[in-house]
Amino acid sequence: MNNSDSLRHPPIPAPHMLDTKPSVPYRVVHPEESEQRRTTHSGLPSVANPMLTATGLAKAYRKHQSSVPVLKGVDFSAERGKVTAIIGQSGSGKSTLLHLLGTLDRPDEGEIAFDGQRIDCLPSRQRDQFRNNQLGMIFQFYHLLPELTLLENVLAPAMIGNGILSYWRNRRQIVERAKHLIELVGLSHRMKHRPRELSGGEMQRTAIARALVTNPSLLLADEPTGNLDQETGRTILQLLRVLNREHGLTIVMVTHDESIAQQCDSIVRLKDGRVERLTAPILRTTSV
Amino acid sequence: MYKLLLCLRYLRTRWIALASIVSVTLGVATLIVVNSVMDGFTTQMKERMHGILSDIVLETRSNTGIAQPNWYEERIRNRLGDSVAGVTTVVTLPAMMTFQHNGNSHTQQVNLIGIDQKTYASVSDFSKYLLHPENRDQLDFLLKEGGYAPDRERMQPSGWEYRRPIARYRKLVNDRVRDGRTAEEEQAAEKSRYEALQQQIQREQLQSNTAVTESQSTNADSTDPSAPANSTTPAAPSTPDDAATQTDSSVNSLMAGPGIVIPNKAQQVLQFDPEKEQRTGIVLGISLGSIRGREPDGTVQDFFFLRPGDDVQVTFPNAGTPPRGIDETFTVVDFYESKMSEYDSTFAFVPIEKLQHSRGMIDPRSGIGAVTSIQIKLKPGVDLNTARDALRDEFPPTHEFVEVRSWQETQGPLLAAVQLETTILNILLFMIIAVAGFGILATFFMIVVEKTRDIGILKSLGATGTGIATIFLGYGVLLGTVGAGVGLLCGLLFVWKINDIARVVEWITGREVFDPTVYYFDTIPTIIHPFMLCWVTLGAILIAVLASVLPSIRAARMHPVEALRYE
Repeated sequence: MNNSDSLRHPPIPAPHMLDTKPSVPYRVVHPEESEQRRTTHSGLPSVANPMLTATGLAKAYRKHQSSVPVLKGVDFSAERGKVTAIIGQSGSGKSTLLHLLGTLDRPDEGEIAFDGQRIDCLPSRQRDQFRNNQLGMIFQFYHLLPELTLLENVLAPAMIGNGILSYWRNRRQIVERAKHLIELVGLSHRMKHRPRELSGGEMQRTAIARALVTNPSLLLADEPTGNLDQETGRTILQLLRVLNREHGLTIVMVTHDESIAQQCDSIVRLKDGRVERLTAPILRTTSV
Repeated sequence: MYKLLLCLRYLRTRWIALASIVSVTLGVATLIVVNSVMDGFTTQMKERMHGILSDIVLETRSNTGIAQPNWYEERIRNRLGDSVAGVTTVVTLPAMMTFQHNGNSHTQQVNLIGIDQKTYASVSDFSKYLLHPENRDQLDFLLKEGGYAPDRERMQPSGWEYRRPIARYRKLVNDRVRDGRTAEEEQAAEKSRYEALQQQIQREQLQSNTAVTESQSTNADSTDPSAPANSTTPAAPSTPDDAATQTDSSVNSLMAGPGIVIPNKAQQVLQFDPEKEQRTGIVLGISLGSIRGREPDGTVQDFFFLRPGDDVQVTFPNAGTPPRGIDETFTVVDFYESKMSEYDSTFAFVPIEKLQHSRGMIDPRSGIGAVTSIQIKLKPGVDLNTARDALRDEFPPTHEFVEVRSWQETQGPLLAAVQLETTILNILLFMIIAVAGFGILATFFMIVVEKTRDIGILKSLGATGTGIATIFLGYGVLLGTVGAGVGLLCGLLFVWKINDIARVVEWITGREVFDPTVYYFDTIPTIIHPFMLCWVTLGAILIAVLASVLPSIRAARMHPVEALRYE
């Protein structure tokens, strides 16, 4: 519990505080603010202001007696307010790395820190809370709950994060925020539809709205365009870029598509469970 | 919140799970129906037995009975104090009842019970089971003019309305029994025969008194064969009144053969006239006087071979050693219908004084009649067993020759059998629900497997293991509640309409479900105890919840990454 407070840096408005500024659905980082932060945190020259850092991550999947190493000592860092791409071939361990960063799994070795705070060794309840509060996740297969409508899917993390009473008390603000996010991703007309009635792009946009409903500071995306056609994929990426630009959302994206990776602020290349090299994108497309 | 939402959503979308709880529904419904019917039977039976038996009975097996019932009654009242609502004394005897029907004599074993009609109603519901409305208020052992259960067609007419024509008819039949002659002709013939006999006696007396000579004796011999021929002639002029006055009445009665009516005024008054008089009253259990059967159209009816107004002979032992059978004639004054076949087919109630008098149970010095049992009614709310134990203490079996029993002990074996039946049925039916529980378990495992990815999604959104487990546990509770609730409603509906349902089943199968000739109830009796409903419903829900525990734990322990990857 006490850890969760220290994790909130910068503090995220608690649900009851939402009513003070209901018109602002999520945190807007002003340029001055981010500038200020950059000066206070002095990190590595390559990653000036890391939000998420991992050092020496190792993970092996054990089945029976044999052990299959997936990550063999990976160092990783994601800069605040930037889009970081993790790229690699199938089986290079990029999804595993993302799961470790998203605290869905525990590393065998190494440390993960979020805002300077270790998160890999937290008790599971606090990790659940961290996932709910600070992280948004989107997946290749969207992973929406088929029984719930679009709106309910978007509301799900808020429901999980709040107890039944506090949800009930703040339901108006929460629903308003969810609707605003749905509007932002352009699905207001689809509010009452079930996921199976939506197209792939619509499902992914729903997943993005869902990831943002708890107002997280970090978005983890696992091949968000992997299952979409190019056109739709581009709109999704555009949306992510808008969120990054205009709302200062830090994004870590796993992809195997070089062209997508080239649009990101920094790229982490994985090969056989190791970081091949850290590269800056060759091409910066500022237009998107 | 999401737990509740998902529970409800799963409930609405997973019909297979609803199918799995149909067994719970059926189990619950069956349990409710069975328990209600069994309770209905037991309660009605207990009510009746209790109503008939009074609360506590002091009983002796002695043939002569308890000689000082007043003293016993005083001790009972002293011991129990305020808790006594009523006390009555009773003489019970094994007896044999005989009656004529269709010219045949029928014999039946009965429990002859001498009751004090003034106090007996205070200890038992005896009077409410009588058929005549006046007797229900106060039994007086007198035959009523009519009005016995007017709704029973087969019993009409009864009472004096029935006795009078029957008696008249019997008399007529008896009068005409000899060679088709009327009573007057018979009487005249008998009288002339009698007078001829008288004359002959007189003549013989005369002959013996005077000196007998040979010539006279031959003369007498010659008159002998002529005597029967002469006998008719002197009789004709003499009037019956002359004959009666000529001889002593005691001689008359000695000489009179059976069937001879002696026209004596004093005797005519004493003559029992069944047209106008009744014997001591007796109240018979209804099955002693009737057979339950069906009309040709199928309706159930009692066919009466005895009715109020008929006379019956009852043979019972007297109080002597060794006892000898004595018999008395009683007039049926009413029937007793408790609808407990055991009682209705054996009980016969008569006034206690009559029994005490006939058996010689009345102490000639004090005039107090002995009794064989004392029945006690307790005030409502008094604990039966406490009162019984107090009386056992007062009349210890080692010192007294009376036995103290509560009504439940009297009917112990029957009540215990019914109780056992109910218990076993309950266990069996709960087994069925438990089997249903395993069905739920299997279905839930399937659902958890099916929902693996959703579980992974929820975990990636920050749901805790406990939260996931709660979803599935809550789902189990909901399913159990729905199943048990529907079962509850079905059961109640079934119980409510059970007689209609029985009729429909009868109509479909053509077989009687609930035969009123067997059970004495016209309708299936049911009682719904709220407590029973509660435990059946909660038990079913509990089984559903227990069945969902294991799948829930499995769901909670699922690894998020593996769950997300699950295809």
